[in-house]
Amino acid sequence: MSKGRFGQHGGQFVPETLMNAVEELLEAYEKYSHDEAFLSELQTLHETYTGRPSLLYYAEKMTKDLGGAKIYLKREDLNHTGSHKINNALGQVLLAKKMGKTRVIAETGAGQHGVATATAAALMGMECEIYMGEEDTERQALNVFRMELLGAKVHPVTSGTKTLKDAVNETMREWTNRVEDTHYVLGSVMGPHPFPTIVRDFQSIIGKEVRSQILKAEGKLPDLLIACVGGGSNAMGLFYEFLKESSVKMIGCEAAGHGIDTDQHAATISKGTLGIFHGMKSYFCQDEYGQIAPVYSISAGLDYPGIGPEHANLHDSGRAQYVPVTDNEAVEAFEYLSRVEGIIPAIESSHAIAHARKIAPSMGKDEVIVINLSGRGDKDVAAIARYKGVQIYE
Amino acid sequence: MSRVTDVFSKGKAFIPFITAGDPHLSVTEELIPAMAKAGADLIEIGIPFSDPVAEGIVIQEADARALLAGTTTDKIFESVKRIRMKTSVPLAFMTYLNPIFVYGSERFIKNAAECGIDALIVPDMPFEEKEELKPYCNQYGIDLISLIAPTSKERIKTIAAEAEAFVYCVSSMGVTGVRKEITTNLGDMISLVKETKNIPCAIGFGISTTEQAAEMSRYADGVIVGSAIVKLAARYGADCIEPICSYVREMKAAIS
Repeated sequence: MSKGRFGQHGGQFVPETLMNAVEELLEAYEKYSHDEAFLSELQTLHETYTGRPSLLYYAEKMTKDLGGAKIYLKREDLNHTGSHKINNALGQVLLAKKMGKTRVIAETGAGQHGVATATAAALMGMECEIYMGEEDTERQALNVFRMELLGAKVHPVTSGTKTLKDAVNETMREWTNRVEDTHYVLGSVMGPHPFPTIVRDFQSIIGKEVRSQILKAEGKLPDLLIACVGGGSNAMGLFYEFLKESSVKMIGCEAAGHGIDTDQHAATISKGTLGIFHGMKSYFCQDEYGQIAPVYSISAGLDYPGIGPEHANLHDSGRAQYVPVTDNEAVEAFEYLSRVEGIIPAIESSHAIAHARKIAPSMGKDEVIVINLSGRGDKDVAAIARYKGVQIYE
Repeated sequence: MSRVTDVFSKGKAFIPFITAGDPHLSVTEELIPAMAKAGADLIEIGIPFSDPVAEGIVIQEADARALLAGTTTDKIFESVKRIRMKTSVPLAFMTYLNPIFVYGSERFIKNAAECGIDALIVPDMPFEEKEELKPYCNQYGIDLISLIAPTSKERIKTIAAEAEAFVYCVSSMGVTGVRKEITTNLGDMISLVKETKNIPCAIGFGISTTEQAAEMSRYADGVIVGSAIVKLAARYGADCIEPICSYVREMKAAIS
């Protein structure tokens, strides 16, 4: 069996041109992930630059309103750059720098990973180029401008569906062009080994903080963790610390778009089948001939036809459950959290809020849910307004 | 000796690539026997994929055209059966792992062998992952072609030691597509292969002109050309057969 497997999933399915680079990355990661100086440099950056630890907020009004389990929000939206993406971007850009690379490239869907990578690159003095589906550059224009302010060059990708999947394709192509001086900062727990492991490890800080924060607040571990999944990095970051705790249930919320009975969704676990794409064996939305399906979600960040291999394995083993959440439900949750708690969540995270609204009322008052609020909703305000037919000028 | 190995025993091989179903499978069925008559020694048939990450824009667009025209793996198998009634030229399928895996790896390779395919090239399946297909290729007598790239370095010997039929040498960094210059030290790459195993080496990626082909054939046993031919298919559509065959004749002459 090849390297980097999670059950039947994972692997290293990339062109030969990239194999040396992924091997070199694996070697560097094995060295630096055990290097005290590297880890302490990253921790200092998180404390002084990212703003970690992020808060664990008891959502008292939401808890009372839903009338069931106690709800806590892990506030990754309060991180510098506004989402969990900075955890991984800082880690990978620092690693790339140690490897002697001078340039980083990245794909981005909603723009959060692009902004985080551009930020880390600016901080560490690296050249940075970002690939983003043309459709996403339009629906997330503010984030494009933000990346440019940070000194990155943004390439709109016009091939295929012009969304996240095609941005990954283009970034992989660009990596094959300039593999010697360039590191590909992959943004989620996906791609060829060792990326799913590297991204998970850099994001696992979320779950580690939740463990100590909830023990302090409640004197016990949470009963349920909820997070949204596209590729699945914020969810994996929350779940990983608790995988061995059998009392802790976990749910990933995937984008059901207009509904999983339509062809307008990105619900990979609900509707996908086993395949090999973007460097990994996992579940993908695809047809009977293995052609990757065009997927859809109101959220550019969840608009991806696959899921990280470790999630696919957690699904196979039943350790985590994955549920579809529609655009409509997410928009309602977006408005709900804004109104009830005064927190405007990213439309991605709103998928997790929506599912909590469904199940919290049926849980006991002594039970505790932690929802990962993976990002803030500033970038989505105009999109939500458009969805509701309101014209606003940014 | 397999039919593919045999190709290289008669001098330098010219290996054109076309995308099946671009612009339509009926054209592909005429084009392949015609290219064989024009001097093609081995023909690579691309099975179109929605997301061909190792390809440049030219082949990516050909894949999109073919898929839009309704090309499927099953229809390609049917076409190859009909092509086999017209020509005995060695044929290789080039496609990505997902269309094979989702079709069913064993079913795909069995069908490919039964309709007369000799070899298989899968650009997103590196040496470390070849167990996905190798057992079935052995079972049904299909040569699984290994690729090496300018970045392969120490990997070249490992890959070459287990290679069969021929080694596909990627001439330069990046994806497929026409290039003005090829700067990689191909001589060194190929010597490393030959030190390990006496196996033919064919060079692909970026070659379009007769001058480049002649230069490449000094180092290699064969020259593979894709994007330059696919460009002709894009330009001439259903009338591409004559322009492509005349290109094949020129390229074959240039390396002979």
